[in-house]
Amino acid sequence: MITADPTKQLLACFHCGDDCRDERIDYNEKLFCCEGCKLVYEILQENNLCSYYDFNTTPGVSPKKKYLEERFAFLDDQKIKQRLIRFTDGKSTGITLFVPQIHCSSCIWLLEHLSRINKGVIRSQVNFLRREVNINYAEEKISLRQVIEMLVTIGYEPLINLDDLENKNRKYKDNTSVYKIGVAGFCFGNIMLFSFPEYFSLTDFIEPGFRNIFSYINLGLSLPVFFYCSTQFFQGAWGGIKQRFLNIDVPIALGIVVMFVRSAYEIITGIGAGFMDTMAGLVFFMLIGRAFQNKTYESISFDRDYKSFFPISVMCIKNGSETSIPVSELKVGDRIMIRNEELIPADALLIKGTANIDYSFVTGEAMPVIKKTGELIYAGGKQTGTTIKLEVVKDISQSYLTQLWNKDAYLQKHEEDGFQLLVNRISHWFTFVIIGVALFAFIWWMIQNEFSRGMNAFTAVLIIACPCALAISSPFTLGNVLRIFGRNKLYLKNYSVIEKLAKVDTVVFDKTGTLTKTNSNEISFVGNELNEDERKMIKSLVKHSMHPLSRILNDHLKETAASEVKNYSERIGKGIEGLVFGIPVKIGSAVFTGNSDDDDLSSIKIYVLINQTLRGYYSVKNTYRRGLEEVVGRLKKSNYQLVVLSGDHDGEMDFLRKIFGKDTKICFRQSPSEKLRYIQSLQREHRNVLMIGDGLNDAGALKQSNVGISVSDDVNNFSPACDGILNAEKFDRLPSLLRISKGSHKIILGSFCIALLYNLIGLSFAVSGSLSPVIAAILMPISSVTIIAFTTGFSNLYSKGK
Amino acid sequence: MQIIFLLIAFSLLLAIGFLIAFIWSVKTGQFEDDYTPSVRILFDDEKTDSPPSDSKKNL
Repeated sequence: MITADPTKQLLACFHCGDDCRDERIDYNEKLFCCEGCKLVYEILQENNLCSYYDFNTTPGVSPKKKYLEERFAFLDDQKIKQRLIRFTDGKSTGITLFVPQIHCSSCIWLLEHLSRINKGVIRSQVNFLRREVNINYAEEKISLRQVIEMLVTIGYEPLINLDDLENKNRKYKDNTSVYKIGVAGFCFGNIMLFSFPEYFSLTDFIEPGFRNIFSYINLGLSLPVFFYCSTQFFQGAWGGIKQRFLNIDVPIALGIVVMFVRSAYEIITGIGAGFMDTMAGLVFFMLIGRAFQNKTYESISFDRDYKSFFPISVMCIKNGSETSIPVSELKVGDRIMIRNEELIPADALLIKGTANIDYSFVTGEAMPVIKKTGELIYAGGKQTGTTIKLEVVKDISQSYLTQLWNKDAYLQKHEEDGFQLLVNRISHWFTFVIIGVALFAFIWWMIQNEFSRGMNAFTAVLIIACPCALAISSPFTLGNVLRIFGRNKLYLKNYSVIEKLAKVDTVVFDKTGTLTKTNSNEISFVGNELNEDERKMIKSLVKHSMHPLSRILNDHLKETAASEVKNYSERIGKGIEGLVFGIPVKIGSAVFTGNSDDDDLSSIKIYVLINQTLRGYYSVKNTYRRGLEEVVGRLKKSNYQLVVLSGDHDGEMDFLRKIFGKDTKICFRQSPSEKLRYIQSLQREHRNVLMIGDGLNDAGALKQSNVGISVSDDVNNFSPACDGILNAEKFDRLPSLLRISKGSHKIILGSFCIALLYNLIGLSFAVSGSLSPVIAAILMPISSVTIIAFTTGFSNLYSKGK
Repeated sequence: MQIIFLLIAFSLLLAIGFLIAFIWSVKTGQFEDDYTPSVRILFDDEKTDSPPSDSKKNL
């Protein structure tokens, strides 16, 4: 709603809530900050969709790119369309679109009522957590291009990347583990129910026929468990044995097989009731543990390459008119138009316009680079400023950026050694011990000449050794830690990363975007304080310039009103000047304003000359992330070796030195391959490296290091291939998260001890040959529940600490 | 006591029915999205003036 506060003079747009400082549009008694917002309001109003505003105040997102023109012409191309849609039967077509602007219930409401705006939309459904909308539309009433253009006009532009063309359908969730848990649980419960007579020895009181019936039912119910639900354990065990390594699946598989065989034997020969309930329970708990451990973040992709970075299409000038063509069809010699905030898809020469290219994501340079006509601009940079015209000189697959990605060095991957996991190392030792004990018991009874008791003891040991407790310590701890990390906005690729994190001893930081906040600057004015009139003059001047520094100043002076400027002129890369209130004002570089340049690169200086007198200068610095000193301090206290590798120039060396201290290695102007090589050299010294970066210039280093974490302001945005993504606002939690991963190690070991305790109790029954189904059936759930409580409780406790 | 056979058989059948229902619901994507339905429930049915709107939301 309108917040009109006369004293502050800040009025909020009815649609998106932004300040209406540059423009004020009154319509229908409401205030809007721009034409785009007002347009969306009009559309909603015409179609009776104003309930949109009832669910949340100012739910709209300002549609920044107001132009549509030919931008989506590529969607008319059948080949491209085929690859984007989910299905079509000629009459109706379904497509799933990723819309990053979905952020509230109003968005859900509006997107599910699209049919009101255009009857061609049959049905639309939103998946909020994935920020996706599924749209079914009728081919004869509306085309795909029109659907997407409609979404753009209401402010919900879908993100379509090169990746979406290649990626067949999104990974359909594999539900087999859910089915297996369902079947195992069903069988487990029913087998236990039918075993009740046996537990309470009621079978002594009823006809022997009944006992058989219950036993055979149990046998029947155990078949799906053995042949369907347990297959992954058999496969895992077999895989481990082939590599001569006894991973955790081996004792589990052993236990399942022994239980099944012995119980089947007992039931068929009528000797006893068998241990089917314990077997089904074991499989059930194991499957749950695995599912818990395998938590993935579906909406986040950890394996992106350059294709998801680039847009699908670009505006190309053919025969004097603009058409949108797919980026893959760009040829050398094509002329393209790149607008503000758009990515340059291929190496190209600047033909027309002023290029301010933001390379921060690609090379790590913090400030945009100005390019003049005739200069070469590399792919991957983002234009900030007015529209420019370029001529392509290299194929998209030959561009500097793609070469970066395809470098062989980057393709080296560490072997995923199952051996590395703690739980597997312990189980290797554990299996031998158990088999040893079983053999010992067998031989013991054989010496006493009691064969049947010997067999009984042998199989009982293998059954009760209950890899159950052992094998759920790890999944539940790691699964819980994954979730704790997720709550702290660190999203890891999978559970094995936690153990790798625990082993890290060196942390390498990137600077731009990682240690510094993107798009955020500290500005201070050096000189006698400016009065209101002077500020107005500066504001009036910078308002006309698209130079990134002008825009920074414009933002800084947002509360100041602007006045008219006469004789405005801008010298690219140097400064701007004009007459305000009749007084000449000059703003720009030292040379432009007639001063000598100093070599101090620690900040950018914008000099202000009013009426021929130098008033002072604005000093613009990158803002560093909140809590940086504390993070560095705590990491050093925990004995991590720290390194900073930056692609930027060395202006900030002094500042970083102060924070990181003397022993930290700080390097500037690092190219992507230099960063990669440095990580390799650290690894040759047998160090375990954690790399924290954010941009494409870190891609190789992130892949090469033992653990690579991307820092991101929006986890749905592109980040290079990494093992985890950390939300930028939680950067200060880094030391705590490393501590938790180390703690998880201790928790797993602790729960192993508890498991061993239960094993000892059970083994005492087993070795004496007096293990009854009841005891097994009691011990297993109790030990499992204790372990789960222990691991979950302690990992939560650990996360509470600092 | 023979009735117990019938009871056992019947209860097993019922239980299997539930298992099938579970597998079917997972297969048809019932559990794909466990957040959005909670928001959808809170939307009001609008009074139908013109044009008539669906009061039954997509569930």
